[in-house]
Amino acid sequence: MNTFARLLTGVAMGVAVSMTSLSAVAETPANMLVIAHRIDDITTIDPAESFEFAGSDISRNVYSRLVMLDPNDLAAGYKPDLAESWEVSEDGKTITFTMREGVTFHSGNPVTAEDAAFSLQRAVILNKTPAFILTQFGFTAENAAETIRADGNKLMITTDKRYATSFVLNCLTATIGAIVDKETVMANEVDGDMGNEWLKTNSAGSGPYKLDSWKPNESVTMSSNPDYYGGAPAMERVIVRHVLESASQRLLLERGDVDIARNLNPEDIAGVSQADGVKVEDELKGRLMYIALNQKHPELSKPEVRQAFKYLIDYEGMRDSFLKGQYTIHQNFLPATYLGASEENPFSYNIEKAKELLEAAGVEDLEIEIGVREAQERIEIGQSFQNAAAQVGIKVNITVGTAKQILGRYRARELDVYLGAWGPDYPDPQTNAGTFAYNPDNSDEANATGLLAWRNSWDTGGLTEKVDAAVVENDRDMRIQMYQDIQAEFRETSPFVIMFQQIEQSALRDNVTDWSTGQAVTSAAYWQVTK
Amino acid sequence: MAVTEGNGKGRLSASLPPWLKTTLLTIGSIAMTMLGLLFITFIIGRVMPIDPVLAIVGERASQSTYDAVFIELGLDKPLVVQFGYYIWDVLHLDFGTSLLNARPVSEDIARVFPATLELATLGIIIGIVIGVPLGVVAAARKGSWIDQVARVLALVGYSMPIFWLGLMGLLIFYGILGWVGGPGRVGIFYVDVVPSVTGLILVDAALDGNWDVFKNAFSHIILPASLLGYFSLAYISRMTRSFMLEQLSAEYITTARVKGMSEWDVIWKHAFKNIRVQLITVIALSYANLLEGSVLTEIIFSWPGIGSYITTALLSADMNAVLGGTVVVGLIFILLNIFSDLLYKVFDPRAN
Repeated sequence: MNTFARLLTGVAMGVAVSMTSLSAVAETPANMLVIAHRIDDITTIDPAESFEFAGSDISRNVYSRLVMLDPNDLAAGYKPDLAESWEVSEDGKTITFTMREGVTFHSGNPVTAEDAAFSLQRAVILNKTPAFILTQFGFTAENAAETIRADGNKLMITTDKRYATSFVLNCLTATIGAIVDKETVMANEVDGDMGNEWLKTNSAGSGPYKLDSWKPNESVTMSSNPDYYGGAPAMERVIVRHVLESASQRLLLERGDVDIARNLNPEDIAGVSQADGVKVEDELKGRLMYIALNQKHPELSKPEVRQAFKYLIDYEGMRDSFLKGQYTIHQNFLPATYLGASEENPFSYNIEKAKELLEAAGVEDLEIEIGVREAQERIEIGQSFQNAAAQVGIKVNITVGTAKQILGRYRARELDVYLGAWGPDYPDPQTNAGTFAYNPDNSDEANATGLLAWRNSWDTGGLTEKVDAAVVENDRDMRIQMYQDIQAEFRETSPFVIMFQQIEQSALRDNVTDWSTGQAVTSAAYWQVTK
Repeated sequence: MAVTEGNGKGRLSASLPPWLKTTLLTIGSIAMTMLGLLFITFIIGRVMPIDPVLAIVGERASQSTYDAVFIELGLDKPLVVQFGYYIWDVLHLDFGTSLLNARPVSEDIARVFPATLELATLGIIIGIVIGVPLGVVAAARKGSWIDQVARVLALVGYSMPIFWLGLMGLLIFYGILGWVGGPGRVGIFYVDVVPSVTGLILVDAALDGNWDVFKNAFSHIILPASLLGYFSLAYISRMTRSFMLEQLSAEYITTARVKGMSEWDVIWKHAFKNIRVQLITVIALSYANLLEGSVLTEIIFSWPGIGSYITTALLSADMNAVLGGTVVVGLIFILLNIFSDLLYKVFDPRAN
């Protein structure tokens, strides 16, 4: 639906609702949680392969991990889950986990260290998209049997070098760290696929919920696991209904047919916040909106030009208009709520300052191309930037295209400027530091397409080494300071104009408590929810 | 040589009984149409600026993961070879696996098509039951208030955006009045309650004798079906009116009236009888359009039908799903055409 259509609908809905009131509101049962959500991004629910938001929500509730993030206390960081405790060897390379006793999978099989070793080895060997979260520690298909091994009730993992323990454990809280039931999975193995085809549409976990069904683009149904070691969840049944349209989600919520609506647009959020029996909760998510300048461009690589662009963004104007409620201003590569996140946002919309900087750089009559993927909010940010740039004599040509068109050129270092979004992959600062501020080989031959610094041909000028140092620092406070220092330098020198951090606004019936979408660090959890 | 071959073909053709000749021609025509349809869809899918590998692995995937999936999908082979493989699989009734949800496409279609079939059938019934009499009466009472109403209804049906009407319908009849069920095929308490035999929830509930589920499913389908029915009605009534006006101005109608025949008989026994063949085409076309899936209606009412299935697949370059859906939609059009032809022969002996 286009913007005009949305506006027309929003106005009509607003008028109609304001003129009358909804009929008697129904209510979902006290032991059932019904969520309206867009779940069409789920392509697989195998935790070794799943890398989408809605798929991660399933994994978080169906699978337990060695360590987990407590939805009621996300700021505390990782806590024991299936691993009761752990020890780190003197050389810092081997972590030995002691498994929790008496835990069973949904199948009834006991959870053992062997299952944990199998799960991590399997993720490494299958080498699906999220595998890099584990293989960055030096695990390969060839060495997985030696580096990840079980011995009785113990699981040992040995990394290729010393890393901050918090880095390793944070990575194990990601979806790929889910522990699967080896016996059940291998019983469904076909042609040596380690059960991949089967697990794409089935589950074999030990988490607080059992997956009853996943009907693509229709619904996900779960029932509580009465044998969950943390106690059976209060919500005995969870139904996630795929509702694409914001207005439809709003009606379902206001009628009481769902407890939570997760994808309301700003107009509908404004509408439901006036409704009886409904409340709106905000959570900061990990997605950052940024503009990146290709350092191969002779003008864009000048330090003054990089600075000038940071003053050409109407941060407040956009936040308070078309991004209202959906994004907040954030100018650092670590999202707020992350370890080491910085709250410094020194840049503001200042045309005069930008002009001075461009004059100092000797830039005149600059014409650049900016690549934007076909998403409404990105196009609108691009247009705002285009207007601001025109005021300082820069002509910006916006190229809108599909992911294949724009990302393909971005990854090939062909775009002058890229406007896009980035979300962290796992809840450790290394996830973003290791891509925004890390680029050990800036040559074209390196083809490090996964690194944003490389995509923009940016030699990070010493930040790469600082990132390397931070990732092995075991002192938590020192590590926080190191990331804040890196970000301070990054803000001033980098060709990245980081602008906004996403806010997720959930609308809930007012009897729903302890709802968590997982903030920036993880996915939605259902087991702590009560009504 | 050429003459001999031509004669031979003629003899073969002449030796076949007419019914077999017609059947063979029909099957050949279906096969060629389907092949052409598949070929065009396949080529469009391959030249679209969407990367199916990226759609599966995401932008974070390493180059080795990307390459592995690229080869797994057979994208390293020439287009003709890829198409050849696909046709071979289709001939073995294997439509492949959806790239986006890892399930067999045939399983997906068996899930989404009944949802569309149920909605479209109820929609076309509403369209026929109201649209045809309305068109006839509007023509018979040309210029009267009922004619004006019919014309306004048709105009609104043609010009009003379906998503807007859908949302307004939901707001009024579900949100405010609470007369109908909300988005989705059935309420949450009735999901998977009756065993799926046909995939049509109303039929499955009736077969199971579970009238609570039937009532709930009916309360969910009636609004989107009425909406689709209204759009069909707008078209059907307008065409019916137009066909009838043409007939009513014919000389045989004047003759019938002069002979003292009642107006009822003039309209229904003479004029209407002569527009049946044309109406069949109109109705078949409307039904085929509804069976193709109304994407916006499906989105607003969270109706998991074939329209949104094919659209989502197309936008993600899930070509197995797109081609599977295309086969189904193509077959519907062809079968409805054949059915229309058969009905022509029943209603108009000249068609034989």
